[in-house]
Amino acid sequence: MAESALQTEKLCKSFGALTVADRIDFRLEAGARHALIGPNGAGKTTFVNMLTGVLAPSSGRILLGAQDITRTRQSARVRLGLGRTFQITTLFRSLPVLDNVALGIAEREGAARRMWKPASRHDEIKQEAMALLDTLGVAQDASIAVQDLPYGRQRLVEIAIALGLRPKVLLLDEPAAGVPSQDSGRILEVLAGLPGDIAILIIEHDMDLVFRFAKRITVLVQGQILVEGTPEEIARDQRVRDVYLGEAHA
Amino acid sequence: MAAHGPVRSPRLSGYTSNPRIRWAEWLPWIAALAFFFTLPEYLALGGRILIYILFALSLDLILGYAGIITLGHSAFFGLGAYTAGILSAKYGFTDPFFQLAAAAAMAALLGVATGALILRTKALTLLMLTLAITSILYEVANRASGLTGGNDGLSGVTVAPILGLFKFDLFGRTAFVYCLIALFLGWLFVRRLIYSPFGAMLTGIRENTARMYAVGAPVYWRLVLVYTISATMAGVAGALLTQVNQFVGLNVLGLEPSGDLLVMLILGGVGRLYGAFVGPVVYLIAQDYLAKQYPEYWYLGIGALLIVVVLFARGGILGLADQWLKALSRPKSSARASAR
Amino acid sequence: MILYVISVGLSVTMGLMGFINLAHGVFAMAGGYILSTVMARLGVPFPVALVVAFASVAIASILLERLLYSRLYAAGELSQVLFTIGLIFVSVAIARMVYGTLAAPITLPDYLRGQVHFVGRDFPTYRVFLIVFSALIIASLWFGVERTRWGAMVRAAVDNRGMAQSVGINTRVLFMATFALGSGLAGLGGALGADILPVDWAYPFEHLAYFLIVVAVGGLGSLRGPFIAALLIGVADTACKYWVPEFGAFLVYAATIVILLWRPMGLFGVRA
Repeated sequence: MAESALQTEKLCKSFGALTVADRIDFRLEAGARHALIGPNGAGKTTFVNMLTGVLAPSSGRILLGAQDITRTRQSARVRLGLGRTFQITTLFRSLPVLDNVALGIAEREGAARRMWKPASRHDEIKQEAMALLDTLGVAQDASIAVQDLPYGRQRLVEIAIALGLRPKVLLLDEPAAGVPSQDSGRILEVLAGLPGDIAILIIEHDMDLVFRFAKRITVLVQGQILVEGTPEEIARDQRVRDVYLGEAHA
Repeated sequence: MAAHGPVRSPRLSGYTSNPRIRWAEWLPWIAALAFFFTLPEYLALGGRILIYILFALSLDLILGYAGIITLGHSAFFGLGAYTAGILSAKYGFTDPFFQLAAAAAMAALLGVATGALILRTKALTLLMLTLAITSILYEVANRASGLTGGNDGLSGVTVAPILGLFKFDLFGRTAFVYCLIALFLGWLFVRRLIYSPFGAMLTGIRENTARMYAVGAPVYWRLVLVYTISATMAGVAGALLTQVNQFVGLNVLGLEPSGDLLVMLILGGVGRLYGAFVGPVVYLIAQDYLAKQYPEYWYLGIGALLIVVVLFARGGILGLADQWLKALSRPKSSARASAR
Repeated sequence: MILYVISVGLSVTMGLMGFINLAHGVFAMAGGYILSTVMARLGVPFPVALVVAFASVAIASILLERLLYSRLYAAGELSQVLFTIGLIFVSVAIARMVYGTLAAPITLPDYLRGQVHFVGRDFPTYRVFLIVFSALIIASLWFGVERTRWGAMVRAAVDNRGMAQSVGINTRVLFMATFALGSGLAGLGGALGADILPVDWAYPFEHLAYFLIVVAVGGLGSLRGPFIAALLIGVADTACKYWVPEFGAFLVYAATIVILLWRPMGLFGVRA
């Protein structure tokens, strides 16, 4: 089988007697457009936290490409090409938009340790950051502090930072969460326009977004993978309907 | 590390800032030179102020930029002071630059050793550890009186003339210029650092540590690095004090210098380059007048001032100045924000 | 023992309110001064004076809390540290102005002086009294926290303030009351200990390190932790001063560093 971009083998996580992840075998192919869905409390964010290294699994393996990253720490995984956005916007709020993106690029380029030449003279970094902001349509906000932007645009900056890291795998945790509906169209556009060689996994509740974006969907329920398949298969699957309808009743 | 905390102007560093030295930034140096020529009776105080500014700069680097709250910065100051003193009084090394270099090296060693140990912790634990470290050093200096002179302090420190030409005179002229040059170099270095990508990165760590991890920054090692740099600067400041006074008192270690420095910095404004200048000037001048005349009122005044500053003027003197300037320029709706 | 009584209040306040109160020693000092003044000037008997010390410090602390502390709850650690340092400065200055530089004199009542004969050895009566009394305080504290409803609310709020609020616990009043209790205890401790740890104007400075160490090592928000820590430190300190006087307080600090590095949350810290 061809090497996947990201995969997990029998990934488990328990907090005492509570199992939040149960032998998850997951595969993300290169260039994938993959979505992870499931009812609240299914363990999606826990899963992402394990993938990114914020949380250590109880057992199992995580592989990025061919490399075992189970024991690698978070910042090292980022340098290996694993990027993420956060469900709750995690930005440098009082800093300008440009700086937010530039900080990530500087890390990638190894420029962050330089102490002599002023940051504002690092034209390559600034230009790359501006180009990125341009593709996301927020270039005009470059010198504005992030906290002064409307929430929808902040989410876009969040994505911009992640892209600035030139990830091979990108995990987007509810990119449209909390975004007013008129702005979520923009986010969808952005997602659709992302480079084809990046493997993308999004976690979402917005089914509209999921079905328009994803080529493959995994359904996670109570820490276990219920079913995996193409959007059509998932839409037709009775078990999935039960899970969501059952939740509506409860 | 809290993202609340000191008020600061975000334009001071980063990729959108302007690193050119503004004309107003030459004022402190002009003022210092003027002071040298017009008030020669106060040169001793002046030298002390310069040294404390350097010390304050070193603290501002980790407190205002990286967000590390410490009560133990005097450990590096004191270590630098004693290194220079002991080298001279006990081993006869009197060359001033050698003393400085040795002090810097020792302080750097302590900085990297303690930093690596304690920077994994946060808030109260970190604070306690810094306090414990400087207290241990205090005890060691107190007990090892054969080496350090213990409670009486270390005298017999001699410093050879600088470059063989400039002897430390009784009026403090050489000392003042010597400290001024040292401070100038230190200021240049810190200023460069703040405007560099490294400085932007430090700001990032302070603003949102979680995000810095998520962009691949090895946060811990960066903090150890800046902690070591800061320690080295503090050590040099301590050595300068020894050289100027030709004496090392036990009170260069322990809670007192750390506490004083913290107050000075808050007074001036944390996280701003020139807060480290304004704070010590105001504090030490006030102390020189008031503490001698009315020692009981000194503590009272400083305490009350501290409380008032924390409650109402978190940005210190410079913060207030900023607010006034903003209020003044508002009707003109000027595009040039005066950021210092 | 004294160390514990003084510090337990700090542990709970810091654990509960998340407020770094370096000025805790001020409350202890106040208690000591009040005891001395009340007994000497007003001729009040010792037990009553203790109660007065406790109560007045507690009330004063409520005032302080309402007026000043409460503004800084969300202000971040640096501001809290600075504010409380300022508070120490102010109180120390006032103490010096009012009481001068000598330690507050305490005359123990006759029935507490002298020696007590017990199991073949002579023990200073006052120390025995201290141990017994402190044990009583500790026991009632423990009882209060573990068994009563108030104690349960405190424990809940320490564990998770948001949840406690949503369950209907009035955290503001709870904080105020607990802060008053903690500060009152500090005052009581200062008063009780005034014979052994003399109360003078520099008291908060001298002992600040110890209070903080007891709390940090013991663990914020726990009751047991500072108890063990105070015991350890008291024993270690005395042992050191007795056997290896050259090292003085050195070992206490070294031990603190080791313990804090090994268990950053303190030995029994509550915050995960």
